[in-house]
Amino acid sequence: MKPIEHEKVQQLMQTYINKDVYIHLETTNGAYAGHFNDKAYNVGAYIRNAKLNYSQAKLIGDGKSYRAGLKTELGWVYAEGLTDWTMHKEDQLLLAGHDREGRLMVALHISETPLGQ
Amino acid sequence: MEKHVVVIYPHPDDESFGASGTIAQYRKQGIPVTYLCGTLGEMGRNMGSPLFANRETLPDIRKEELINACAKLDVELRMLGYRDKTIEFEDRDEVSEHLKGILEEIQPSLVLTHYPEYAVHPDHNAMGAAAIEAVRLMDPENRPKVWAQAISNGHVKELGKPDISNDVTPVFDHKMDVILAHKSQASGILGQFQENWATEDMKEAAKKQLGKEQFYIWDFRE
Repeated sequence: MKPIEHEKVQQLMQTYINKDVYIHLETTNGAYAGHFNDKAYNVGAYIRNAKLNYSQAKLIGDGKSYRAGLKTELGWVYAEGLTDWTMHKEDQLLLAGHDREGRLMVALHISETPLGQ
Repeated sequence: MEKHVVVIYPHPDDESFGASGTIAQYRKQGIPVTYLCGTLGEMGRNMGSPLFANRETLPDIRKEELINACAKLDVELRMLGYRDKTIEFEDRDEVSEHLKGILEEIQPSLVLTHYPEYAVHPDHNAMGAAAIEAVRLMDPENRPKVWAQAISNGHVKELGKPDISNDVTPVFDHKMDVILAHKSQASGILGQFQENWATEDMKEAAKKQLGKEQFYIWDFRE
């Protein structure tokens, strides 16, 4: 993955507008957060291959980290802390945020075909 | 002397961090070892340092690392095909039956797995529980021994001292080599140990944390 290039990623997000897409959305601080630090609280959530259709997409940030918002017919998809991006298998846009040690903290993937199991 | 040892853990690298010293010692004696690896670690957070993996490429990368690590350890590898972070949500009976079928085929004399509820990661706890249930379901005459590994903080206080405390420092170079085969995970996890011993080099820090492999002998008496 490489650091997010705002204009380029914004354009890519828009290419999926009004198409049925498969979403992976994830955030986590890892299963060991509370093991290594008893003051930490383990959190994590992910949804894989949620199928939806969005009418609007925006990427907003300060050049270091970004927020992505997708407006769907009945609601929203949102991810914060995105730092890096890549295209996977040509049609899968992967956005992710990593901590200073390179560990994944948040991920948002958008794809026209189901993501791998 | 053991006849055949089966190791049951959920993630590629659990075998390396948790039991590779013990496994290496068995292999030195010519005892066959099979690793039943539950998942491909699809949801791991370490992405390599510097970064070389992403959430979509990670399963293939970890699969290759697992195959390399098992080749270094000279153990038979079977991948069970579950998904990282979901084992506790699978039907427990189905997972146990799955494992039981494999154990009945291999007929090991010893099974190494995680100690349920004392193994920190939900997949560890669920895989350990399913493994122990699988052995419990076997004909008592053919049951292998089960050694369960607890890694949660304070487990000694609750469970007492482990029954088996295996000093693996004589094979520690080999253990490190196997750990480092898991390139995407190794530096991140070893780095965590090093934070506690910032003045030492990584191998010495790792040896303090991983030089002993400890297990509780599971008691199947009802």
